[in-house]
Amino acid sequence: MSYIPHSDAERQQMLAAIGVTTIEDLFEAVPASHRFPSLDLPAPMSEMEVAAELQALAEANEHAGDFAIFRGAGAYHHFIPAAANHILLRGEFYTAYTPYQPEVSQGTLQAIFEYQSMISTLTGMDAANASHYDGATSLAEAVTVALEATRRKRNKIILSPAIHPQYRAVVRTYHQGGNLKIVGDAGRADIPDLLDMVDENTAMLAVAYPNFFGQIDNFAGLAQKVHDAGALLVIVANPMALALFKTPGELGADIVVGEGQPLGIPMSFGGPYLGFFATREQYVRRIAGRVVGETVDQDGKRAYVMTLRPREQDIRREKATSNICTNQGLMALAACVYLSLMGKCGLRTVAELCYHKAHYAAKQIDALDGFQVDMSKPFFNEFVVKCPQPVQTINDALIEKGIIGGYDLGQDYPHLKNHMLVAVTEMNRKEEIDALAAALKEVPEEIRS
Amino acid sequence: MTEPLIYDISVPGRCGVSLPGVDVPETPLPTELLRKELDLPEVSEMQVIRHFVHLSQFNHSIDTGFYPLGSCTMKYNPKINEDMARLPGFAHLHPLQDDEGAQGALALMFQLQTWLAEIAGFKAVSLAPAAGAQGEFAGILMIRKYHLDRGDTQRTKILIPNSAHGTNPATVTMAGFTAVELPSDENGDVDLQALKAACDNTVAGMMITVPNTLGLFESHILEVVKTVHDCGGLMYMDGANMNALMGVVKPGELGFDVMHYNLHKTFSTPHGGGGPGSGPVGVGEKLVPYLPGPVVIQVEDGTDDEPPLYSLHMPEKSIGRLKAFHGNFGMHVRAYTYIRINGDEGIKDITRHAVLNANYLRVRLQDTYHIPYNRYCGHEFVLEGHFGDAPDIHALDISKRLMDYGIHPPTNYFPLIVPEALMIEPTETEDKQTLDAFVDAMKKIAAEARENPNLLKSAPHTTPVSRVDEVRAAKQLVLCCRPIPEWAG
Repeated sequence: MSYIPHSDAERQQMLAAIGVTTIEDLFEAVPASHRFPSLDLPAPMSEMEVAAELQALAEANEHAGDFAIFRGAGAYHHFIPAAANHILLRGEFYTAYTPYQPEVSQGTLQAIFEYQSMISTLTGMDAANASHYDGATSLAEAVTVALEATRRKRNKIILSPAIHPQYRAVVRTYHQGGNLKIVGDAGRADIPDLLDMVDENTAMLAVAYPNFFGQIDNFAGLAQKVHDAGALLVIVANPMALALFKTPGELGADIVVGEGQPLGIPMSFGGPYLGFFATREQYVRRIAGRVVGETVDQDGKRAYVMTLRPREQDIRREKATSNICTNQGLMALAACVYLSLMGKCGLRTVAELCYHKAHYAAKQIDALDGFQVDMSKPFFNEFVVKCPQPVQTINDALIEKGIIGGYDLGQDYPHLKNHMLVAVTEMNRKEEIDALAAALKEVPEEIRS
Repeated sequence: MTEPLIYDISVPGRCGVSLPGVDVPETPLPTELLRKELDLPEVSEMQVIRHFVHLSQFNHSIDTGFYPLGSCTMKYNPKINEDMARLPGFAHLHPLQDDEGAQGALALMFQLQTWLAEIAGFKAVSLAPAAGAQGEFAGILMIRKYHLDRGDTQRTKILIPNSAHGTNPATVTMAGFTAVELPSDENGDVDLQALKAACDNTVAGMMITVPNTLGLFESHILEVVKTVHDCGGLMYMDGANMNALMGVVKPGELGFDVMHYNLHKTFSTPHGGGGPGSGPVGVGEKLVPYLPGPVVIQVEDGTDDEPPLYSLHMPEKSIGRLKAFHGNFGMHVRAYTYIRINGDEGIKDITRHAVLNANYLRVRLQDTYHIPYNRYCGHEFVLEGHFGDAPDIHALDISKRLMDYGIHPPTNYFPLIVPEALMIEPTETEDKQTLDAFVDAMKKIAAEARENPNLLKSAPHTTPVSRVDEVRAAKQLVLCCRPIPEWAG
């Protein structure tokens, strides 16, 4: 199978036009000692055979199409309307490049502008960019904005330990070349403890909403104290929760970042996802990444274009604050189509379904002997369960019953050994939740026997 | 042609989805924590479809026409790739699934790592980077950590030729190094004298694009590599132009220590209107322990009855995580599909035909346009988009006029070392008829530039909008079409 259209005759005509006899003649600049190495790859295969091979690999996975799933921890199994995928499969969208040439890219540009508008209204921020790679890199880029906004005179940032552990790891990866002090997340600090760490050297404080444990923390007075110290408040949000709960804008956030995967993007073993990034007007000119703005064409017609370009790497080169040169264009489109289909009513309905089902599940599990749900704070669609056995042991038993259990919190938080993070979405029918509770009830006995 | 904003066709009370009712006892919502309103469109499913289909029709794309955008490798994206990435066993696989429950995905990633390593001659590959720019960043962080681990702390500089991609200097700054620019010589190669003068024990490494952004293979590449290695620096290759090298030369065998691949260029995963990409990194022996993680390793050999067992693994001295989870897996599935279908012979043919197509265009246009470094090129070449006898015409005008011929403009004003640059990359999937039609259009435009320059100055004429006011967009910043109410912000 080949996607190369040349016939032998055409190849010969083209070689003659160039004035060489073989294609190999075109590579004379490559050192002869290293030219044309052997390539140890399998032989070509037909599309039919490849499809069968991939099908077999896909079916070797335990996935949410076949199993009831209660795992979240940053990626969620939500319903995606059929219409969304059909739009994503429009070749005009998915085989276009970055919209550098606005006259032939208005489709991509307007869709991104609409996406930015929806992210702004969801978060209560003045503006959003066209997206980053994922929620974790959005947070890492927020750190850079905070350092720039405080004019590189402050080098301390405070991260809540209740931010996704992998997001915090990514912040450390991104900023290992600078002299940044990252504090706050080593132990069990709660909001007041984090506030105690804020000082005149602090560029930002970041918290999660809901936090990694699914809980809604009490942020009363938080923004005020952070701002009084001259620092920025960054909120890492789950966009599905924002359909229901107060906007981060109302809570005083300066920057809101998060993972857009819940908005119509399949879990796909971790990517591609969508890092959304929204902020207040005063910081707009400092943000990294693509931004689409409204303007007019020569005839005065409304048009869209990538704007604030001089911030970007290809123009500012070594003075740019980020090297990002793509966004997650197609994923931003996915979110835009999803939010359009869901609309005002549908998104709220989905969020409420998640809320009610998660709370039902929490009650069923909390009633089981040996299991205890942390009800100390309000939660959205995820909650923490203290289990009578190691989480891995329980999950091994659950998978036998067709259930993918929750996330093992002990991996990241030593004090949460034997604690499971359970996620429930609109996709979990009551029978699945009841089956989970029934399976958990049996687990300790089975293990004892 | 304009399309109203989705908010402008919204009618209160409409909804584009049907959702199930609540099948569990309800729990009262915590009213004091709730938002007041949700300002999203209220539209029907058909309205949504028409809106976005209309918008799609405003785009130029590979599926609709020739897209010779230099340095972007706008090749055909096979449809089978999309179907494979959407198989339920991949699309509905949770990223934190236990290794035992994700063996199909891990086997695919392991195999892709192996194939990519083989194609470019590296010891190991990590699929973690989400895009080429992240791959670059990972590469430079690895070089940094390698030196620091050896106590070699005075290396603060990274050398970059002036023909480099713009991401390279930005990457260097992000990683905490200083970028030092090197000039090019009269052949478009790195100036060897300048390189030798710059190499000392403060050099951490060098970033170089091969072929370079002029589309030219560095004539003295082995000498460049040796010079940097001799001063203790490591060599980073920007693999964006790998479409010119497959089966021709392996960067790892030339002595490169680290390179990123662009799966969305060389390996046919779609560009998506600006992403998602995928930018795996390959490394030689020295840097294997520093790879960004997680990578996939084989923990048990297969037997006649059982396949091998794979696991996610964080390399011992890893620079860390670049994103949550394990890279853009959906892109890994597409690239795997592409390499599997092409196989050894197909992969070699890709490069040979990409280079054939580029040289064919170069030769056919060389009498009409000035080509400053006119020798055998790789997968792309750069010509000057202006004429001595039509001084008002610029590369931008030629670009815009090409749109009227149904062709996406080449990359313009890059690389910076060629004035009025037009960088042309046809890719291997275009046929001779398309290339000939492009040559005809370019020649007609060259004639129009002399006879009717206004036709170019006022172009494009056939696109949904005419030239847009970019200055206004930046000055009167409008990034959101909805007012944010007082309560929400």
